[in-house]
Order: sequence, then structure tokens, then C-alpha cells
Amino acid sequence: MQLIECPWCGPREETEFHYGGQAHIAYPETPSELTDTEWAQYIFFRANPKGLFAERWSHSGGCRRWFNAVRDTRTYTFLATYRSGEPQPEVQS
Amino acid sequence: MTSATPPGAHLPEHGDFLWRNPEPKKSYDVVIVGGGGHGLATAHYLAKNHGITNVAVLEKGWLAGGNMARNTTLIRSNYLWDESAAIYEHSLKLWEGLEDDLGYPILFSQRGVLNLAHTEQDVRDSVRRVEANKLNGVDAEWLTPDEVAKICPIVNVSGDIRYPVQGATYQPRAGIAKHDWVAWGFARKADEAGIDLIQDCEVTGFVTDGDTVTGVCTTRGDIACGTVALCAAGHTSVLLDMLGVPAPLSSHPLQALVSELLEPVHPTIVMSNQVHVYVSQAHKGELVMGAGVDSYNGYGQRGAFHIIERQMAAAVELFPVFARAHLLRTWAGIVDTTPDASPIVGHTPYRNVYVNSGWGTGGFKATPGIGWCLADTVAHGRPHEYVAPFALDRFVTGALVDEHGAAAVAH
Amino acid sequence: MSSDFRVEGYGRVDRDQTLTFTFDGRTYTGHPGDTIASALLANGVHTLGSSVKLGRPRGIGASWTEDATGLIQVEEPFPEPMLLATAVELVDGMVVRGLNGQGRLAQIPDTARYDRKYHHVDTLVIGAGPAGLVAARAAARRGERVALLDDRAEAGGSLTGTETIDGRPSRDFVAEVTTELAGNAQVVHLPRTTAFGHYDDGFVLALERRTDHLSDPPAGRSRQRVHRVRAKKVVVATGAHERPIVFADNDRPGILLAASARDLLHRYGVLAGREIVVFTSDDAAYAAALDLVAAGAKVTVLEVRAQAPAGAGDLHVITGARVLSTRAVLPADETVGNHGRIASVAVMDGGGHEFGLTCDLLLVSGGWNPTAHLFSHVRGPLAYDEALGAFRPARSVPGVEVVGAADGVLDLAGCLGPEVTAGDEPERTPGEVIWRVPGATDRQFVDVQRDATVADIARAVGAGLRSVEHVKRYTTIGTAHDQGKTTGVIAAGIAAELLGTGVQDLGTTTFRPPYTPVAFAALAGRERGELFDPVRTTAVHDWHVAHGAVFEDVGQWKRARHYPQPGEDMEAAVLRECTAVRGGVGILDGSTLGKIDVQGPDSAVLLDRLYTNMMSSLKVGSVRYGVMCGVDGMVIDDGTVLRLADDRFMVITTTGGAAKILDWMEEWVQTEWPGLRVHLASVTEQWAVFPVVGPRSREVIGAVFPGLDVANAAFPFMTWRDTVLDGVPVRVARISFSGELAYEVNVNAWYAPAMWERLLEAGAPHGITPYGTETMHVLRAEKGYPIIGQDTDGTVTPHDLGMAWAVSKKKPDFVGKRSFARPLNADPLRKQLVGLLPTDSTTKLPEGSQIVELCDDGVLPAPPVPMLGHVTSSYRSAALGRPFALALLKGGRERVGDIVHVPVGGQLVAAQITSSVLVDPEGARRDG
Ligand SMILES: Cc1cc2nc3c(=O)[nH]c(=O)nc-3n(C[C@H](O)[C@H](O)[C@H](O)COP(=O)(O)OP(=O)(O)OC[C@H]3O[C@@H](n4cnc5c(N)ncnc54)[C@H](O)[C@@H]3O)c2cc1C
Ligand SMILES: [Zn+2]
Repeated sequence: MQLIECPWCGPREETEFHYGGQAHIAYPETPSELTDTEWAQYIFFRANPKGLFAERWSHSGGCRRWFNAVRDTRTYTFLATYRSGEPQPEVQS
Repeated sequence: MTSATPPGAHLPEHGDFLWRNPEPKKSYDVVIVGGGGHGLATAHYLAKNHGITNVAVLEKGWLAGGNMARNTTLIRSNYLWDESAAIYEHSLKLWEGLEDDLGYPILFSQRGVLNLAHTEQDVRDSVRRVEANKLNGVDAEWLTPDEVAKICPIVNVSGDIRYPVQGATYQPRAGIAKHDWVAWGFARKADEAGIDLIQDCEVTGFVTDGDTVTGVCTTRGDIACGTVALCAAGHTSVLLDMLGVPAPLSSHPLQALVSELLEPVHPTIVMSNQVHVYVSQAHKGELVMGAGVDSYNGYGQRGAFHIIERQMAAAVELFPVFARAHLLRTWAGIVDTTPDASPIVGHTPYRNVYVNSGWGTGGFKATPGIGWCLADTVAHGRPHEYVAPFALDRFVTGALVDEHGAAAVAH
Repeated sequence: MSSDFRVEGYGRVDRDQTLTFTFDGRTYTGHPGDTIASALLANGVHTLGSSVKLGRPRGIGASWTEDATGLIQVEEPFPEPMLLATAVELVDGMVVRGLNGQGRLAQIPDTARYDRKYHHVDTLVIGAGPAGLVAARAAARRGERVALLDDRAEAGGSLTGTETIDGRPSRDFVAEVTTELAGNAQVVHLPRTTAFGHYDDGFVLALERRTDHLSDPPAGRSRQRVHRVRAKKVVVATGAHERPIVFADNDRPGILLAASARDLLHRYGVLAGREIVVFTSDDAAYAAALDLVAAGAKVTVLEVRAQAPAGAGDLHVITGARVLSTRAVLPADETVGNHGRIASVAVMDGGGHEFGLTCDLLLVSGGWNPTAHLFSHVRGPLAYDEALGAFRPARSVPGVEVVGAADGVLDLAGCLGPEVTAGDEPERTPGEVIWRVPGATDRQFVDVQRDATVADIARAVGAGLRSVEHVKRYTTIGTAHDQGKTTGVIAAGIAAELLGTGVQDLGTTTFRPPYTPVAFAALAGRERGELFDPVRTTAVHDWHVAHGAVFEDVGQWKRARHYPQPGEDMEAAVLRECTAVRGGVGILDGSTLGKIDVQGPDSAVLLDRLYTNMMSSLKVGSVRYGVMCGVDGMVIDDGTVLRLADDRFMVITTTGGAAKILDWMEEWVQTEWPGLRVHLASVTEQWAVFPVVGPRSREVIGAVFPGLDVANAAFPFMTWRDTVLDGVPVRVARISFSGELAYEVNVNAWYAPAMWERLLEAGAPHGITPYGTETMHVLRAEKGYPIIGQDTDGTVTPHDLGMAWAVSKKKPDFVGKRSFARPLNADPLRKQLVGLLPTDSTTKLPEGSQIVELCDDGVLPAPPVPMLGHVTSSYRSAALGRPFALALLKGGRERVGDIVHVPVGGQLVAAQITSSVLVDPEGARRDG
């Protein structure tokens, strides 16, 4: 039950948001050139750290914008939220 | 004043002796990382089926204190795909003889499971699963709403709920057991066979030599090993990261809850995906229920309350008599989910390391089955036929065993 | 029956009014302000029921929610299981009974209303005892928005009224503060409101009991309300729970916590016994003892410590004493609520002499456990405090403050803080931490409700268990109704003693919500029935209802499935509707289809990337069918796309896929290709869509829209045209989901009912027939058009559906393309969509049926039987005059003509594999 800081709207209830998994995984430039293994990595494999995690969220019940967050998966605490396209900020847990 | 003791009041006592608390040895033939149900069952079958007893089970906390201590104990084998049906049915057969095998009460109660259908598509998917189950030798029936009401009279099968019950699949052999009894039964047997169960012993690293792991580093010192079996459930990624092995796992909080003790009202197990809740009434009389995972990755053993509130709404919607039952306790485990909702079991890039993970919300029922198959895999150095389809490389070939796309039933 | 144990001059119950209630079939009286427990104790009733396992008598053990035993079942006014007698307020006419460890659910529906309310405050104070009141007042005076919650009916917490605060009686102080708060519009003060869960970022859930204490609650008032409070700062001022000491037969009725007896006296005017023994290792019991003496009781204090503390006054104190066991005298009439009640204690004094003391009440005090649950809920760390003999907050947590007894501060002055002065209190001498007295361990109850004893803990330790969690699970201690509120630490203490380690070394305790049990219905709130999930209806829903439609749930939508006429079942209705469409003209309400307005110069680029086929080559005015796949190459949705302008498309999705596909498209646009100049908006609700379908549809459309040239050449298949009707813009598209000539009429939803009527009116001469989703499904299945989600299940590619034609070979990439090249996609045994005709021409295969190879001898072999696939759709066809099915079948397209078996209800039904297109394979009908 976090209070999540949407970079566009400000702090809002967790129930307004939708989770989108790991952030900063770009769609491959030329998928056809990837091996099956590389392609499988892109589709299915995501980091699952116990600790800081850069991940995507969408303010689906609000402004409907996607943004990124750094959250600690041990405590669930949001350490930063930032707009898509912005670099991942340095934070400490 | 009522003084007779109610049904379920007298559960069998636990054993007078469960396990030693040994100091870790310098070296073991097999090191099992994770002392949950899967790790303990694997230890038991290594000893029992293969005579391998120079084994340590390393547990970072207290034995079987992870998901094994937190699950809602549903046991069933009515899975859609052949690969799943094979291993879960193997497991269910083992459950049916487990009390004798372990010489320990596990309170396995085969009270049947109803998986409710609420939409036309639910009905199609349900019939599909029932027919597949029958052809795979798994007991299964399709029931009309009236038949549902006969088996579980408290389900609201009338038309006046938001998503009326259109019918249900029924597996009579499904049931519940007592998780601690199960875990302790396995642990006691493994200990008796000479296997060392070592608690407060977290694996913090691996000693490797090329594609071989020669030892594990732990909070209680380094331990050399012949073979390693990872049974760390929600923490598998943490261990695989130490080995530099990627796997498509994500760890999520999964919550459950119980009510106070109530006189028997609910004779079976009811699950509903559309309305999103499942409920059984445990031996002593408490209602035990759960739903889906919390959406985000988390290692916190706690979840958000709106998930519980939604479960309560679903429960009262389906079972109006539950209105004034009380929520007594909520808790959460950390479940390791995969893209196709099927487990990942088998080889890793390390010659002598086997992984057993990805059981997500439904691995309690697999406990004896996976223990059996993983022990066999470790003993013979190749995947047992029932776990072979669940190899990591299926994500590369595309041979997924998609248990949520098509079957949409978890736990 | 008279209230023998009510004392004059004490308590705040309203003695001018008398309430009557029934307990275990006997009638008793009480007063407004009583709880069931206080009213029963006033009548001398201590025993409520029996224990779950051993059937031993169980009674009231405290005066509020720390009671571990005093559970009752309320039967009237409405059955509710397992409530604490101490926490149920008395109203006239109540019927309650004792329990034997299990409650009973009502057999009738609970019609009470439950709701929620949201608060956003600067400071939330939980607990209106002295510490909480001071904190709330200070926050309010700072100008903050404040919420103050307290679970009891009145503020004041542990204050009995005998204390002095700022030079006046403590109750005056309470009244002053609450009056001040009541006059401040920024403050919400909620009594009878239990904060039961504390979550991250200052989120607290609290349950308010709003009607049960009223004999005549206002109509429409919710019975209970869950308050959802978001606070910048949470002040936990929840006090402390008194802790018992364990000795043999400590589970009897007539044994209470010491401070509870004092509370009963001052709050309810109830003297719980007349001949009282107090067994204590803590000072607080002396205040209780003195007050009870003043109220007329005879009291003997058994002091664990070697010396009586300063506050002992002239009480009769036996120091260094231990209670060894207790005894009951069975009353002749053992149903009079005193079965098993204590009659004497066996005592050993400091000199080792053993003797007995008769009594009708034994009070116990082993010190205090800070009520730190709500701190622990948010991962506030608790550490064992040796001096306190309890866990208390160890470190601070941002945004959370723990004050007063909840933080282990046990004197009033400390709780009030520097701004407020407490009157003189006797100086506290340190309590002695004592978990238990030596004795018969199998009668020393640690968890009274679970019948778990010291012997059980010893067995657990003997079995090899070293962790307190294991011990709890072995013994079940702490799992009952009170969740170990008072006894959790005792269990840990005894286990530590037996293991020879420290309590802290056994592992710390964490508390989980809820703090006290909460009714399911309260948490469900109003999300029941209609409000469980929103119901979506189309603009012409009322018409469907008026015309007898049978509805089906599709996502949140109610869709008309068919319109049975008198005497028709679904099959008859659908056959009639199908015949009407293919033979004349029908009309469908297709408004639920998802519609996404795609605008911007890069619209075509986006659609090219998301659809498997080419959309950029579509001409303005034209329509194209398209398929979308996930990155894994599996079909996720299909539908038509209308090009409205160079830079504008209308994307039509399936009904169930509408929200998902909009989200999907947004996700790609925002997260992968933010450079694309595209905007997406859902217009599902804005446009109503009515397909007019069948060979006579052209006449109908021509008649309704005179401005529209409906001739085939002017308005060909897969094009759309705008027109105007009475000044209202209308878009008509020639799209067919049935293979028939068809026009889909799109209009602003405001005008939909009028448009629908116009179409019906113009169609009347042609016998226009409204048809539902079932008929739509039959018609499309006859043409082999799949329904995504029915004929697919997330494991099906466009190629599997026979739609290689919809997969562009020209585009270098689109979402899903790379996955088609994975090894498994080349497997000739992939399941493919085919038709299936039961050879007996009469059996309608149930949807979902599995398909197996032909069993030559007509008998199904023993399991496991290999499966070839399954029936995805199955109907009776009016056009074919027989039932038919669609199926996903291994290598199906190569097997057309083969016969397979389908097990149906114990029989094997033979069926022939065919093409998936069974009606009009040439496509001759679409132009009329
Ligand atoms: C709320 C909930 C309800 C569930 N309901 C059901 C159900 O009804 N039916 C069903 O079939 N399944 C259910 N499950 C799933 C089931 O509990 C799990 O799939 C199963 O228990 C996982 O296997 P395990 O018992 O070995 O896991 P665990 O008990 O979690 O064991 C893993 C162990 O590994 C240890 N470990 C981790 N890292 C290390 C390390 N580095 N070193 C040493 N030890 C380590 C952990 O401490 C833990 O004890 C549920 C799960 C939850 C959380
Ligand atoms: Zn926003």
C-alpha cells in the first residue's frame, strides 16, 4: 500500500498504478539478427534482484503515463520515480 | 453451556523427536540449498530411493519456514497439459501413501476441489480441462450449478450474483494436508536416515572450478559438495545470480489469510478465477483462503491490503454465509513465478548443479512428486522423465507449458 | 436476577435504564454502557464456555480486547461468531451464548451495509489514552489536520478517573481535550474505531463500529465502516497489555488480569469478586488492589518480589509468594455461569510454606507488553527488553512515532510528557520478570484458548526445536483468536528458559494485520453483487431487456446472447436468428467492440509495427482486417482497422480485448517509441455500432440513409463512408463477420436508441431480426473466423489459424515476427484451426471436448491417451442443417478428410476433419 509519486501527477495511491516489470530493456534494433537464445532473453528473462530494482510503472488510473522507478524489493520502498527517457538516478537503499 | 469438544479439536500430536541439530560437516555428497518442503522431500527420497545419505539440507532460517509454512495446502492434479498432469498426478499418488511412508500424520484430507466457471469461456476451458484430465487418468468431472450446490451447499449458485456460477470442474481426490506436519514428517525421516538438516545456515556464495561447483559458502562456513540441488523457491534468483545463471523467474508476494475456528460449513475446496478467491475449511475449523500474487516483484513476505479486501469481497459474493466470519490473520510468502506458470527444473550450465524453482503459487501439492523426481535426477545425473519438459531451454525453443494462458488456474 | 456485583458510586453505565439480555438461555439485566462481559460479571457470571481441546471451563479473563478467552456467540440481533464478551456492547434483547472453541456462521444473509471512508491527514493518532490525547491536542494546536482513533466507546484509555492531571481529576482532563478537539474542524475524532492494519507511507486501516451499540440504529446507516487513512505522521499511542503469569490451573474462570478488574470497577461499576487474591510481580496491581478494597472487597496480595513496593499502602501483602495451583468448587447447580470457577489458590510464600487461600477472584499481573502491533506492521523492529520482560520498539521508523505505554513508558507522567503534569504517583519499583511458577506443567496454560501448556513447550524443545516459530507451530500457541497478544512473549520466555538461551536469541516477533479480527463483510464493503465489478451496458440495453434478450457476461459487459420468442430455447432461437440473417436481414448490437482512435503523423508507422499485416498501405476510406501478436508470436487480438485520414485510424478490437489492447499500444508508444507522433484514445463508449447483416441489408441501409450510395461499386466491401441523418453524422462500414453482405452502422451513442429504432423500422418490411452474440458466433464459425480467446488460448500463432495471409512478408519487423522463427514454430505437428463434422450428423460436440485418434475397435484405450487437440467452438448450423465444430488439431490442415474420435460423456463420437470454412467458401455472398 505504497504512496507512489507519479512524476506527472504527484503522490497517488498504489491502487491507481499498474506494474510493468524491469525498466530499461529496449526492444532490440533488429530482432531478426538475434539468435534464438538472445531473443528468448529479450522476451522472457528479466532481472529479479533482492534489493534495488529499476522498474516500469504506469499511472493507469490517473494520467495513464508510463514512468520508471527505483524500488527496493526487500522493503518495497520507492527510492525514486522518474519520467521515461530520463536516466536512472543514483540512489541508495 | 456447551462442553463437548468440537470437530477437529483433536489433531494428532507431533512426534516426540523430530530432528538433531548437527554442526555442518566439511563435505557432503549432495548439498540441498533450501529446507522447505521441496528440499526436505528431496532429501528423504535421496535416502529412501537411492540410498544416498551423505547429504546436507542447508536452510537460512528455521526449517520449512518459507512458503512451506505459509501456503494454503491445496493439493490437486487436475492440470490441463500432459506434462503438468504427469508430475502432479505422480505427486498426488504419493500423497495418497505418504502418511505410511513417513510414519507421520500429515492430515491429508481428500475432500475434493471445485473450480467454478462463471462465463461461457470458463465453461469451455473447464470442459477442456476435465476431458484432458480423464484421458490422462486424472479423476475429473464437470458439474452443473445444481450439482455444485449438492457438494458445497454454501456456494451461491443463484443467478443474483455479479458472475453467476455456470458450473464447475470437480476433482474428488484433491484435498488439503497440514503443511507443518508434512514438512516435519519429511524432515524427521531424512534426519533418521542420517541426513544433516542445518538451520540458520544461509548459502552466500559458491566455489566453482570451470563448470563445476566444488563447494558452497555459508554463514556457518564453507562446505564442499559433490552435487548441488537448489530448492530455494522465492530466493532462487538470488542463488542463480551468484552463479551468473539467468533464469526467467520473478519473485512476488503471495498472501493468504485465515478466519477464526468455525463449526464445519465448508466440506470441500472451492476455487474461482473469475471472482478470484479460493477457500477451504481446515481441520480445526478455520477458513483458509487466498487469491493471486501481488503485482510487483518483492522479497518482503508481506503484501498490500487491497488484495485481501478484494478477496473478502469475492468470498462474500460467492459464500454469503461468510459475511460475519472474521479475518484473523494475514501473511505472505515469496513465490517464484515464470512466464508460462510452470516450474523450471533440471540442469543448469554447471555440470553438478540442478535447479528446482518456479513453482510459484502451486508447489505445495508437488512436494512429494518433485522430491521424488529431483532425487532421481540428482542420483542419475539426468532429468527424470516427469521433469524433463520443464527444462530451462524451453524458453528458447518456445516449447512452453502454458498453464495460465490455457488453464488459468493457479495454486 | 439481581446485579449482585454492581457497586454503588462506581462506573459510568446509565443505571437509570435497564437492559435485558439472554446468555445461555437465562435472562440477565445490565445497563447502557455495559459490555456483555461487564453485565455478566455484574450478575456474578464468570464462565462462558469450554476450551476447544480439553473441554475445560473458560471465562472472562480481562476487560477489553486483550482477553484471551472470553469468547461468545451472538445469536440476536444477528448471528456472529467468536466475539469477545468484553468488546460487545450490550443492547436490549440480545441473545448470546458461550462457545466451545468454534463459532457458528449465520444461515441467513447479512443484509447490513458496510462501507469505506477516506481520510488524508497530517497526523494520525491511534489511541485516545493520555499519551494519545496529548499528541492529538498538540498536533491540532499546531494547525495540522488530525485524526484521532480509539477502539473503545469513550476516550481516556487506561485512565480510571482516580488520577490527577494538571491539578484536576483525569476525566475532566479527558473531557477538556476531547471538547477542544471537537471544536476544531481540522480534527476527526472517531471512537469505537480500531486501527487494525498499518501499511507503508502512513496508511492505516481502521474499523468503526457504528450501529451495534444502538438499540435503534438510524435506517441506512452502515453497520461498520473501514476508514482508510493516509497520514504524513502516524502516532502509535496504543498503550500496553497486562501480562499474566503461568501456574497450574491458571485457566479457570474467575482469573483476571489485575488492571482489568480495576477497569471493570471504574468503567462499569462492577466488582468482579468479593474475596480477591492478587498475584503480582508488578506495581500496577497495587493500584487495582487498593481500589477494590475501597469498593468493599477483601484483598490479599501475593507479591512475587521479596518486598512490597511503595504503593502497597496497608494492603495485606505476602512477599516472595507464588501461586502453585488453583481449585474450583463445583457449584451444585453447575449451569449458573460459575462452572469451574476458582474457589481457592494453593500458595507458597517466601519461606517455602505452602497454604491455601479461599477466594472468588484471582487477579494476576506479570508486567506489561507494549502494544506495538501497529508499529510492527510496518516493519518497525521490536527488541526484547530484559527489564520489561517484553518486546518494545527498538528503532524508529520514518513517519511513525510510538508514545506512552506502547513505547514501554509505564508511568502516567512519562506518558503525558513535559507539557502536562500528572499528580503524585507512588514511585515505581522495577517489576520482576517471571514467566511461570514451578508445578504441574501439563496444567500450566500458556495459550488458554488453544489449551497449550508448558508441558507442550517442553515437548517441543525435547523434539529438537530451537526456533520460537517452531515451538509456536508445534504447540499452536499464539494462533488463536487473540493471536498471542498477552502470551506470545511468555511462550518465548519459557522456551528460552528451557533451552537456556535469551529470549531475543530465539528470534524476534513480528505482528501481522489485523490487530483484532475484522468481519469479512466489513472488508468487502460495498463491493458486492452489482457493485462487485462494474456492469457495462450499451446504449440500447433497455431495448434488449424489453425484448426479452438473454444476456451473457463478456468482460464487464452485458451482451444480448439471443432473443428467445415464446416457447423457444436457446437452440431454437439461434437457429431462427441464423436463418433470418442468411435468408434476409438481421441486426446486432456490436457496440461493445473496442474502438481506439489513433491520431498523428506516425499513426501508420505504429500500426505497421503492432499488426502482423501492413496497415500503412491502407487507403483512406478503406478497411482492413488485422491480427496482433505478443512478442512471443502468439495472437492476442484481431479486428478491423479503418483509415479515416492519412494521419488517423480507427482500430477496432474484440470486446474483451478493448482495454488490454489500448494499454498494449500505449505501452509501446510510451516506453519503446516515444519519438512516434501518435496519440491514442478509447472511443468505445462514444460510438454505438449496429451491424445490419444479410442479403437484404442493402435495402435497409439504402432506405435509412438516402444520402448514401449503397451500390456495390460505389460502396464496396471493406470500405467505409460517412453520411448524415437528420443532422447527425453516421459512419457506415462494409465489414462482415458472417460472410453475408453487411453494413456496420456507427453513430454517437447519444443517438443510438433512435438509430436502432430507425433501422428496425426500415427493416420491418424485410423481416429484420435482432440477433445476439450466439448467432453471431455461429455465423462467423460457419465461415471459419476465429474468436480470439475462444478458438485461441495464448498458444496459437496466426499461421496456426490459417492466417499466414495476414502476416506481412514485406515488413522487416513487427511485434511477434522474430518469434515465428523459433524452432517450435516449424513443427508440423503444431495445432491448427480446422473444421470438424461429427459423422453421425446429429451430435453437437461439447465445446472443450478433447480429440483422440480413431480407436479402431471403438473403445478408448487405458489412460494416458494421447490427445490431438480440442473442440474450440461447436454449434448447430441452420445453413448446413447439421452440427459442426471448429477445433485446434495437431497437424490439422494436413489431415483434412481423416476421421478422429471425440470422447463425449463416455461415448466415442466419430468426426471428420474438414477445412475451417464450411459455408460459402468462395465468398460469393459478401456482396449480396
Ligand atoms: C500464501 C501462499 C499460498 C500457497 N498456496 C498453495 C497451495 O494452496 N497449494 C500449493 O500447491 N502451493 C501453494 N503455494 C506454493 C507453495 O507454498 C510453494 O510452491 C512451495 O512451498 C515451494 O517449495 P518449498 O516448500 O521448497 O519452498 P520454501 O518453503 O519457500 O523453501 C525454500 C527455502 O529455501 C530457503 N533459502 C532461500 N535462500 C537460501 C539460501 N541462500 N541459503 C539457504 N536457504 C535458503 C528459504 O529460507 C526457504 O526455507 C502457496 C504459497 C504461498 C506463499
Ligand atoms: Zn500520473
